[in-house]
Amino acid sequence: MAMSLLKNPVDRIWLALMVATAITFWLGESGLASSAGAVSVGLMFGLSLLKGVLVILDFMELRQAPALWRRVMLGWLTVVIALILLAWTIARWRAGA
Amino acid sequence: MEQMVPAALVPADSAPRLHGDLAVWLVILIELATFALLFASFAFARIWEPQVFAQSQATLDLRFGAVNTMLLVSGSAGVARAVQALRAGAAPARAGRWWLFALACGVAFLALKGVEYADKFEAGVGLTTNTFYMFYILLTGFHFLHVLVGVVFIAVLWFHTRRGAYGPGRTHVPETGAAFWHMVDLLWIVLFPLVYVMK
Repeated sequence: MAMSLLKNPVDRIWLALMVATAITFWLGESGLASSAGAVSVGLMFGLSLLKGVLVILDFMELRQAPALWRRVMLGWLTVVIALILLAWTIARWRAGA
Repeated sequence: MEQMVPAALVPADSAPRLHGDLAVWLVILIELATFALLFASFAFARIWEPQVFAQSQATLDLRFGAVNTMLLVSGSAGVARAVQALRAGAAPARAGRWWLFALACGVAFLALKGVEYADKFEAGVGLTTNTFYMFYILLTGFHFLHVLVGVVFIAVLWFHTRRGAYGPGRTHVPETGAAFWHMVDLLWIVLFPLVYVMK
């Protein structure tokens, strides 16, 4: 059953997305998101990046698309997450100052 | 003598191409740009009111956010499976079941979000409550509307799939709907950690 389920690449990606979501939930619920600071925020948005890349390349099928479209979509994801992390870092500095 | 195969006879899937309608892909880019602005505005507004953001975020139920992420992700997998089935020439009923599964995920998302909103509105939360809630309502509300559009799109695709309108080489419309749904999923993948979890 499990073997036949994971034979399809779509199912494997689905499983990876579900596991990543569960980890993000656990980071928030366990309180690690607040106490572990940079590590958990980094891990959380690292997972978000990974999930986004899987959705863009495999679900949206941009792996087989012209390179420009792939770059624009992956670029969008990278810039958005970088901005969020930048803002988080500034907020941290201000709180510490 | 080696025979040349005319370019037109090469299977379409071997050449790089965008799956889905170009016009909808352009809409997707505009939506993503709009949400990027909203996401960045949220993250930077948080710098000035860390207490307000922390206190308000603590009132959100993380379980709703996580379950909703799983529903969207599962819907995306269902949509991808539906397109795959149509390409492989599966029976309409078989491909239709995947659309139906994605549809159920989308409707469940809307229902859960509805419960969450009802709870917040009952507690007297509104656009003017504070900066966090303003962004919460704008971001999730705008996203909610996109899920709604996606659900309607999937329902239409399910209907036409069952009538046998799509099949191998005739997946342009399903691919277009799929791309839109995956965008909805992609947006939530950033929204969930940002609004619900990031401390």
